[in-house]
Amino acid sequence: MPVLADQFQYVRQLVLAKTAIVLGEDKNYLVESRLTPIARDLGLGDANAVVDRLRGSSSTALEQQVLEALTTNETLWFRDRQPFDALANHVLPQLVQKNSATRQLRVWSAACSSGQEIYSIAMLLDERFPQLHNGWRVDLFGTDFSTEMVKRAKEGTYTTLEVNRGLPASLLVRYFDREGANWRLKAPLRARARFSTINLAAPWPAMGAFDLVLLRNVLIYFDLPTKQRILRSASQQLAPGGFILLGGAETAIGLCPDLGPVKMGDATFYSPKGQQV
Amino acid sequence: MKALVVDDSRAMRTILSRILRKAGAAEVREAADGCEAIACLESGAIPDLVLVDWNMPNMNGLELVNALRRRPEWRQVTIVMVTTESEQRQIVRALAAGAHEYVIKPFEEESLFDKLALLGFPQASAVTGTGSTQQEVFSA
Repeated sequence: MPVLADQFQYVRQLVLAKTAIVLGEDKNYLVESRLTPIARDLGLGDANAVVDRLRGSSSTALEQQVLEALTTNETLWFRDRQPFDALANHVLPQLVQKNSATRQLRVWSAACSSGQEIYSIAMLLDERFPQLHNGWRVDLFGTDFSTEMVKRAKEGTYTTLEVNRGLPASLLVRYFDREGANWRLKAPLRARARFSTINLAAPWPAMGAFDLVLLRNVLIYFDLPTKQRILRSASQQLAPGGFILLGGAETAIGLCPDLGPVKMGDATFYSPKGQQV
Repeated sequence: MKALVVDDSRAMRTILSRILRKAGAAEVREAADGCEAIACLESGAIPDLVLVDWNMPNMNGLELVNALRRRPEWRQVTIVMVTTESEQRQIVRALAAGAHEYVIKPFEEESLFDKLALLGFPQASAVTGTGSTQQEVFSA
């Protein structure tokens, strides 16, 4: 059953207030489909009953559960071929060369969901940059708004449907073990990434500088001032010579005067304007 | 792109054919087992892509992959296994025999698009990553 109009507006306002994410007027189906499983878990009739419960209680646990359900998005391995080709052939070689004296490489997946993006980077580094095993400190950091997603990313266990999405079969058999009906990343690869909960719309904790910030397919959900604030913060988070990667349908142009586009292979990355060659 | 779908389930052949047309295939033929597939290729209809189930009567998918790889004139054909067989050693065997990719059933339409994009079929790249949150799941 669709979510009633006033219930939908209540949920939209809640999501906007707590996460700065704008749910479009056409997203009633999303609220219905994401809250129905919660209704089932709680023994309630439907998504409307979940909103009733939310409105009538001060439970922050239920609020968090609803917010997480509505802000979690699909994720896949090696999402989009062009940026990953550019990372393999242009960006990462440049960063590895730049950092050859410090032997340190830091990558941040800022909306990591269940971890596929940062683990894809881990596999790419392992396959293409074996020299990094030789005394380098590689810090692969994934963060997400959802505590549930961060827990899943740390666990590194994926369903068959999830490993089917974009993961080459050769990497599936090399880096994963079957565990019952699921697939689990092998411990050495899991150990290369760390994860934490961060709300990009709230002030960020001290994280140090990153050589590469992956901020893909997340800005589209925020209102304009929040997009601008996140991009400015991300640019300040970059180490000298570092890059930001946005989603294929996203741009920093007109949103962040500090950043300019840099064509790397067939993909566009962003870097602080003063540093562009 | 010309494609051949090899699966003993007529329903699955229909689903896979529909997905391939959506991914830009100009021509999709169907075969119910490895023997029919070989006959199709021997008739001169050499596809760019073959989707192969594993468990089929007469000639199974792995035997078909081996047969395809033995014939030099068929070496350019891209092979994707689409099967319920999901043991790690079976995936290794299929890849070693010459399959390029492997999709485990049940699967979503998008996962096949992803694999085709990975294999360099450009029109599949255009339909993948569309961000749909609700996917139909196809099983054997």
